[in-house]
Amino acid sequence: MNSLVSLPEASTHAGAVDHIFYLLLALSGTTVILVFGLILLFAVRYRRGSKAKRGPMPEILSREFEIGWTLATLLTFIFLFWWASSADLSSLAAPPHALEIHVVAKQWMWKTQHTNGAREINALHVPLNRPVHLLMSSQDVIHSFFVPAFRVKQDVVPGRDTDIWFQASKRGTFPLLCAEYCGTNHSMMRGKIVVMRQDDYARWLTQQPEGDDLAHEGAKLFVSQGCAGCHAASSNVHAPRLAGLYGRTVQLADGRTVSASDAYIRDSILQPKRDVVAGFEPIMPSFKGLLDDGEIQSLTAYIRSLREEQQND
Amino acid sequence: MTDALLAGELPLPPRPDYLRHGSTIRSWLATTDHKRIAILYAVTITVFFFMGGAAITAVRLELFQPNGWLLTSDTYNKLFSFHGIIMVWFFLVPSIPNTFGNFLLPLMIGAPDVAFPRLNLFSWYLTIAAGAFTVYALVAGGVDTGWTFYTPYSSMFSNTHVFAAAAGVFVVGFASISTGVNFIATTHMLRAPGMTWFRLPLFVWAIYATSLIMVLATPVLAISLLLVIAERVLGLPIFDPARGGDPILFQHLFWFYSHPAVYIMVLPAMGVVSEIIPCFARRRIFGYDFMVYAMLAIAGIGFFVWGHHMFVSGQSALASLVFSFLSFIIAVPSAIKVFNWTASLYRGQISFESPMLYALGFVGLFTTGGLSGLFLASIPIDIHVTDTYFVVAHFHYIMVGGSVSAFFAGLHFWWPKVTGRLYPERWAKFAAILMYAGFNMTFLPQFFAGYLGMPRRYHTYPAEFQIYNVMSSAGAAVLALAYLLPLGYLTWSLFYGGKAARNPWSATGLEWTTSSPPPPKNFDRQPRVDRAPYDYHAEGVSAGTAPPEMQNARETR
Repeated sequence: MNSLVSLPEASTHAGAVDHIFYLLLALSGTTVILVFGLILLFAVRYRRGSKAKRGPMPEILSREFEIGWTLATLLTFIFLFWWASSADLSSLAAPPHALEIHVVAKQWMWKTQHTNGAREINALHVPLNRPVHLLMSSQDVIHSFFVPAFRVKQDVVPGRDTDIWFQASKRGTFPLLCAEYCGTNHSMMRGKIVVMRQDDYARWLTQQPEGDDLAHEGAKLFVSQGCAGCHAASSNVHAPRLAGLYGRTVQLADGRTVSASDAYIRDSILQPKRDVVAGFEPIMPSFKGLLDDGEIQSLTAYIRSLREEQQND
Repeated sequence: MTDALLAGELPLPPRPDYLRHGSTIRSWLATTDHKRIAILYAVTITVFFFMGGAAITAVRLELFQPNGWLLTSDTYNKLFSFHGIIMVWFFLVPSIPNTFGNFLLPLMIGAPDVAFPRLNLFSWYLTIAAGAFTVYALVAGGVDTGWTFYTPYSSMFSNTHVFAAAAGVFVVGFASISTGVNFIATTHMLRAPGMTWFRLPLFVWAIYATSLIMVLATPVLAISLLLVIAERVLGLPIFDPARGGDPILFQHLFWFYSHPAVYIMVLPAMGVVSEIIPCFARRRIFGYDFMVYAMLAIAGIGFFVWGHHMFVSGQSALASLVFSFLSFIIAVPSAIKVFNWTASLYRGQISFESPMLYALGFVGLFTTGGLSGLFLASIPIDIHVTDTYFVVAHFHYIMVGGSVSAFFAGLHFWWPKVTGRLYPERWAKFAAILMYAGFNMTFLPQFFAGYLGMPRRYHTYPAEFQIYNVMSSAGAAVLALAYLLPLGYLTWSLFYGGKAARNPWSATGLEWTTSSPPPPKNFDRQPRVDRAPYDYHAEGVSAGTAPPEMQNARETR
């Protein structure tokens, strides 16, 4: 838990954020002392009727001062921008072998699902010292995934996937909060992040009730929703094959190229006429309204797993 | 000639001032006199200020306990939404421009009225109509979207009176636009002979820059609210992702208005203190032209920083970088202004009447609020503290610590001119100091709570934040008292206050050359201007104590 004035730095990222914070704090403190100090000094020294020297003003007190402090402020701010932004850029993309966990937000709860299918509500167990990559979507309004101890926050938006990653560096239980106002029980949309040692996490994971993992669920949906009718290798319909698709660059009919990411797969399920693959007719129907966000995540996980199978071949 | 004659106190033929020019209800409600319209606005925004204040009093009371002890979550959400909507659009945006701006702009540039007097009155009626919509929304059951109306919550999920509230804000936007057009035209067309652009008082420049933003930004607010209404009422797919819409689009449109709106709220405040500090320090403002350029730069760059509200919304990293950079850049002109106000005190003859106390309070609180803005411009820090109480503290420092302090500074400074009465100075000083203390007690703890991770708009909250909320709520009680005091002693002064001379502060500026209160057409003779503003002493020397009336007397001749 927090002490009154400090927050645990429980992720590898938190220390860097706090460094910038403390630098800004020192700089702001200095400026406040300077400005308040000067105002107090002038207020006392030049109070009406005091004996302090007035008379003709010194020559230099004009343009030079003005230009001087304008430039000094500008350069300081540009330095701050550079420093803060370089820290941000270095932590932008998740490392390639991060543990992927899916998060679905809805009024007013967090649902999380691990790779083996284990599900949690308003809780998330993660291993220590291992990058964790969260793929998040919302079923209704905008929420925001906020873990103060990790210094991370990301809006969870309906209709698109957002992601965030962190590497926990302290064991313990840390609050998870919704930071974007989402209606009546916004303030009750809280949960906990439990950081465990890696072997504890592995043990915890196996003890969870058996649930199909995401890719298996996706495989079932792939058949039950009729995807397999066209996209399966045995199908006679002229439709793009999905094995090895994930992560590849796809040539589109209109000459553009896109990378086959989660967002692309999601869009192709919901708005198949938008990015038509070169060489194929736009015959696929939209699945908008037929699949919920969890199901789309499962299908995406299945398509991703097709890449892995091919690589094993 | 005697000093009194030189000071402009010439025996004039008796004529009624603008307050006594007519006393029927109709003479007020159908007036086209900019001064009377300013009074209408002042009464209106005072009512709204205390309505918004009452809502937040209930909120602060509720937050004494972490688990809610007085209100339901829905009521809580409606109260903070009402507070935000009322305070932003029905108090802060019209506060200084529509009261002091209306009253002083023609007086300061030596004009008999604004350029379009009837449009001016129309804009007040629009404000009243808009206020009726918004208050109806409250009476009918409230609106719970927050003042930001984020979609898809506002357009698809909220079961409250979003339509009435959005319609109110939509209509009050047109009041803003017509006021802006009016002030721009007035500044361009009606300046007295000799009143060149660089002889304008900084308050006029501030109102001018504010009007530019009002005219250019407010239409975008109207568009975004219209789109919310279109989706909510007509079912058009605009923000609904299931039908190809994009909820983030709303945020871009909304902040394209609402970030510049911050400058609509704070630029006039800068103008007010730029009048007051030279007067009570008996100094020319330091770096007049830099102050002008800084205000225009703020008004201009202010249009290109909206994305810093959206660092966690999922916008691209490149967009975030650009917005972060521009947000740092826009802090430069604000910093220049703080340095210049401070430097204006150097070698002054400073006295500490209540307007000066409020103005110095403004500089301190604006500096603190501005510096906390640097944290929010830095992407990694913003990601951590956005949507927490850190942001709440930050914008209250700018808007309440800054703009409201400046509003009270101006209220006390120009009260004798507006009403012709003097208020009890001791009470005023006491209220100024109490307001400063109460403000810091309320909002300083919120920086800590926010950094430690307390999200905003939380009805219930983790118990470890209770200490900060109790401090905040206790401070809010002090602050509420400090806001009620002026209501008492200023009202008292209307009936029992001493009569004010035309220039009780020995200030420069054309508004002080006419009688207090001014006659209906402002000046008995056409003013002529032959010098720069803030002419408290000869160039190149420091403050003297001789009043500037001599110069004013020459100007009115």
